[in-house]
Amino acid sequence: MNLLNQLFGGRRPTSREVAKSRLQLVLVHDRVDLSPQKMQLLKDELISTISKYVEIDAEGMQVNLTQNGRQCRLTADIPILSARPKRQ
Amino acid sequence: MGATVITITSGKGGVGKTTATANLSAALAMKGKKVVAIDADIGLRNLDVVMGLENRIVYDLVNVVEGSCRLRQALIKDKRIENLYMIPAAQSRDKSAIRPQDMIDVCDQLRPEFDFILIDSPAGIEQGFRNAIAPADRICIITTPEVSAVRDADRVVGLIEAEGKGPALLILNRLRPRMVQRGDMLDTADVLDVLAIDLLGIVPEDEAIIVSTNRGIPVVMENTSRAAQAFCNIAARLMGEDVPIMELEEPSPSWLSKIANLVRRH
Repeated sequence: MNLLNQLFGGRRPTSREVAKSRLQLVLVHDRVDLSPQKMQLLKDELISTISKYVEIDAEGMQVNLTQNGRQCRLTADIPILSARPKRQ
Repeated sequence: MGATVITITSGKGGVGKTTATANLSAALAMKGKKVVAIDADIGLRNLDVVMGLENRIVYDLVNVVEGSCRLRQALIKDKRIENLYMIPAAQSRDKSAIRPQDMIDVCDQLRPEFDFILIDSPAGIEQGFRNAIAPADRICIITTPEVSAVRDADRVVGLIEAEGKGPALLILNRLRPRMVQRGDMLDTADVLDVLAIDLLGIVPEDEAIIVSTNRGIPVVMENTSRAAQAFCNIAARLMGEDVPIMELEEPSPSWLSKIANLVRRH
């Protein structure tokens, strides 16, 4: 509930607000058939793939499913620490 | 030309499909349209009792599909309203007795004679649901403002879109304005936001529904309750009339009840 409390500015959210945010989260996963477990796998594979090219901050990486109407979107925000030096 | 086929479905059971089918069919007939309501819930027949026609059944939908009676013989005429008919589901069979093509064939035979064909879908997303949506020109999804019902509705919206039968229209049933006002129920805007489909209408929670189901008289036939008004509005929209969405706001709560709510919340 910590996340929810933050979302609603510290006050205890109403059950209506809790219901809406829980629904939004569960539906976005239902729609693309990606469970939180599969999301974690996807995230791990993204890290290993991208790390072949650049050094990234795996801790600061954010991978999220968002929705716009009935359109779902996978967004990844990956902080890069430094580009690996190119081989001469 | 001919009838528009409208399927009422929901995903979750017990959210009001049969009540909506009975009332919208009756309301459309009261507005002068020739209507047949078909119960597609094979094995769990209920539209007959909700409409109060259970004592008049001789043949059912499965008899028609299997050719053991003519379509006309399974049509039960409602004696209270001109132009209202019903085809019951079989009670002692299961969903596999009918295929989607059978529903399309039955509706094609009915289309020239009617203005509207309303199909009461079974709950779930299996064959019974597939049968019910196969002949549909429009699909209404009914839900209550609860997380489980909305989640199931979303699943059905996705399936309908995948079948190329969208966009589905939403009926939000059993809304309690007072609970919404005190922050304890999802509002219409919340449900629309989450499902992202068009709203056909809102039906408030109303004890009159239980009373009318007890008696086997759809509420619209008495037309005094708010639920009856809501169903009549939805029927008018299905006929293409531009009817504003019903205002369900309660008068603002007194200072005493505001304090009571604050106390309850903290």
